Amino acid sequence: MTENQPIIDVADLSVEFVSRDATVHAVNGVSFTLNPGEVLCILGESGSGKSVTLRALMRLLPSQARVYGQVMVGEQDTLRMSERDLADLRGSEVAMIFQEPMVAFDPVYTVGRQIIETIRRHDKVDGPEARQRALKLFERVQIPSPERRLKAFPHELSGGMSQRAMIALALACSPRVLLADEPTTALDATVQIQILLLLRELQREFGMAVIFVTHDVGVAVEIADRIAVMYAGRFVETGPAREIMGNPRHPYTRGLLSSTVQGQLRGQRLEAIPGSPPDMTQLAAGCAFAPRCRHVHPACLREVPAETWPTSDNMVRCLL
Amino acid sequence: MSSSHPKPAGIAATGSSDLLMVTGLRKYFPVLGGIMNRTVAQVQAVDDVSFSIRSGEVLGIVGESGCGKSTTARLLMHLIKSDAGEIAFDGQTVGDGDGLELREMRRQMQMVFQNSYSSLNPRLPIEETIAFGPKVHGTPTDKARARARDILGKVGLDPGQFIRRYPHELSGGQRQRVNIARALALEPRLLILDEAVSALDKSVEAQVLNLLLDLKQELALTYIFISHDLNVVQYVSDRVLVMYLGKIVEIGTVDDIYERTRHPYTQALLSAMPSMDPDKRIETPPLTGDPPNPINPPPGCRFHTRCPFAEAVCAAREPELEFSLATDGDEHRVACHMNTADSGHTRVPA
Amino acid sequence: MSRRALDKNQQATVDSAQVAVQSRGYWATVLMRLGQDKVTLVCGAVLLTIILSAVFADAIALVDPYKANMLKRLKPIGTPGFPLGGDEMGRDMLTRLLYGGRLSLFMGVTPVVLALGIGGLLGLVAGFMGGRVNMLIMRVMDVFYAFPSVLLAVAISGALGAGVGNAIVSMTLVFIPPLTRVTESVTTQIRNLDYVEAARASGAGNLIIIRVHVLSNVLGPVFIYATSLISVSIILASGLSFLGLGTEPPEPEWGLMLNTLRQSIYVNPWVAALPGAMIFFTSITFNLLSDGVRSAMDVRL
Repeated sequence: MTENQPIIDVADLSVEFVSRDATVHAVNGVSFTLNPGEVLCILGESGSGKSVTLRALMRLLPSQARVYGQVMVGEQDTLRMSERDLADLRGSEVAMIFQEPMVAFDPVYTVGRQIIETIRRHDKVDGPEARQRALKLFERVQIPSPERRLKAFPHELSGGMSQRAMIALALACSPRVLLADEPTTALDATVQIQILLLLRELQREFGMAVIFVTHDVGVAVEIADRIAVMYAGRFVETGPAREIMGNPRHPYTRGLLSSTVQGQLRGQRLEAIPGSPPDMTQLAAGCAFAPRCRHVHPACLREVPAETWPTSDNMVRCLL
Repeated sequence: MSSSHPKPAGIAATGSSDLLMVTGLRKYFPVLGGIMNRTVAQVQAVDDVSFSIRSGEVLGIVGESGCGKSTTARLLMHLIKSDAGEIAFDGQTVGDGDGLELREMRRQMQMVFQNSYSSLNPRLPIEETIAFGPKVHGTPTDKARARARDILGKVGLDPGQFIRRYPHELSGGQRQRVNIARALALEPRLLILDEAVSALDKSVEAQVLNLLLDLKQELALTYIFISHDLNVVQYVSDRVLVMYLGKIVEIGTVDDIYERTRHPYTQALLSAMPSMDPDKRIETPPLTGDPPNPINPPPGCRFHTRCPFAEAVCAAREPELEFSLATDGDEHRVACHMNTADSGHTRVPA
Repeated sequence: MSRRALDKNQQATVDSAQVAVQSRGYWATVLMRLGQDKVTLVCGAVLLTIILSAVFADAIALVDPYKANMLKRLKPIGTPGFPLGGDEMGRDMLTRLLYGGRLSLFMGVTPVVLALGIGGLLGLVAGFMGGRVNMLIMRVMDVFYAFPSVLLAVAISGALGAGVGNAIVSMTLVFIPPLTRVTESVTTQIRNLDYVEAARASGAGNLIIIRVHVLSNVLGPVFIYATSLISVSIILASGLSFLGLGTEPPEPEWGLMLNTLRQSIYVNPWVAALPGAMIFFTSITFNLLSDGVRSAMDVRL
């Protein structure tokens, strides 16, 4: 086991939701690796499958989901682990934060109690020490009057405050991996930037690997080392943030970046991508982006383009 | 044409090209509590808001949650009753008996909501939804339907395909186009867009923005564009109004607001926008803490609790909306003691 | 072509390629989903059989339901001429059950229908008007709601006296408060939705808004609730008859039959249980049917 071993290695992950009306192919063959201390951002619009991918890593999907593939966290395959081992892994090695902080907390108990409970479950320490650690965590996530706030109930905290409390809960046992599902989407701009900066600081301090899911390009740029652009359940392009922003290769990435509104474009027409994302219950055979692509070619419709590697760091799924 | 008084003095004083004039608008919502459901507090949602809009322009309204922008929109549309203040459309006050009748005003001023799905009756086909407005105002059914088809074409949806469809069969962007079509069916002159593109995917947002600007030109519309997304507001607006906790803190042309910012809150908002360049990331947050509660706004200047330049005078007195001391044209007004000549603030430019 | 026209053209092409294959209205979708739900279909069939056999009892029954024959008292099931046995007066059980279905179903369904009309209207008004009107109506309903339904029904029936008509009045009064409540709650939710506000913003008056936008969206959930009440109502009606507050002998009616067969449990328990079985099956099929329709209507739109 060397330091350069990826901490997460996903191979050919696919997720389907089977219901009586239709089958939704939410994720179709996603593979990537995550190195320790690296921040990967999965960038995609609604319906791209980014949240489903994240939740599939820890088997947090509802029962009608069918998951295929392999997800290695460290030495273990989370898709094949026992429930008990998985529960041990969640919280201690791998932590999650969500868009709605309310999801993470039980409304009937105070936030302090829930954090203390998590600490005691994973690290065998006694009550007072756990409480001290919880207090330190609250200070670390910059919650003012942390003593008082530990005794608050989840609904008594404001949006930004409860996000910080959720981050504190996630960090309670110093996890090696943090999974973040659009944690700043519902926040106001001034609070969003605070939380993003906090996450960046904490990531550096704790040395965590982070997978951050978002639909906002600006947020991805602020937080990511690497960006993976997702469309219709597949990664269409991955690479370092600089590369993706400076030299986007896939037509979807290009379209996404050029249609992201910037005030400087005032007076010019926006370069919008025509049409809308595909219906995930009826995925056609070829490239999912073909119907909306300016450079479409008959070969694109025959089969899904394979991954190509123009450089060792960048991946593109396109026949261009 | 433009007034040199700090506040609009009344209908007569302003130019006749003002399509909408709002004076002293106020709305407090009671917070009920206790056994007998008494009013225990007031949510000061909108407090003494005054502005005007010229025919053919786009006024952007920005602010974070709780600033009162959506409440203002609903007050303008008369969907909720204001506690105080006057709204004049094309020089006539609304609902007074001798002024503009409410129903007639409803023809002239329409609104597009944020949630594209809940804005549409799930049981009605698209054609009926759009034809509803004209029918209410007396247009016979077949003419109303023809109008619906015409409008659908204008918003980029093929009438042949879409008139019989139901909302749940459309994508978010298509639904929002239907909402725009519904608003335009009554041939209004002013359209209020309340976070109309905020819930859409970025690629679809661009489409709808293009559409809105095309329609504005084609149909000679005036827009009020409410959003929390500063990029979009900058792209779309001619003038911009910034709100904080129910008050206007800064108003001016789009260049005034984005390039010659005077109010610390506006500056913070602009600095909080994530950068698009991985090499130029933000290092320190421009503002700390959460936006305060509109139930108990801070005394004096409502922003002083989070303002890096706050001084004693800021907690004592509320600043008035006054012309920018940096004299950028005659549109730019700021409510800040640093901009008030004899406020006592140490940072007033000499 | 101008940029704008180009865009529009492109947009239209992509739109038409991606538009949904079928355009189905809401009710068509519901019917399709119902068609796929086997349990509901079976219940529907069973219920239909029960109802039809009650309606066409004249055609099916072979014997007069009132004809007593003391020699055939409490004959077991399968006796020739008495396919389901004889009751305590020697009358043919099958015939009595068939005719009994008429009254039981009538007493079960009618109060719910009446209560739906009255309670639905009250709830609609309360939900839509809000404020004082809402408070007035709902607090009055709360008073009635405070009583357990069976107790209330018995009390009102007792006051009015026995008889089918009185029983129906009493049960209607019992069902009005819950229907008012459900309608009011759904109406309040709908009233606050954006599309109602948009309709108001178009200049529509209250009545038009109710007719076009509110009614169609309210009826669905309220109707389902009402059908689930039918199963309760059938039991309640039978209960009232059992207590002697509903149908009077010698009319055949399942609840009344349960009462008169009560003492015969020790002699022929199977026959004595038959009316109870009918009440049970009818009630539960109504219940399952209404559940099935509710889940079919819960389309993830």
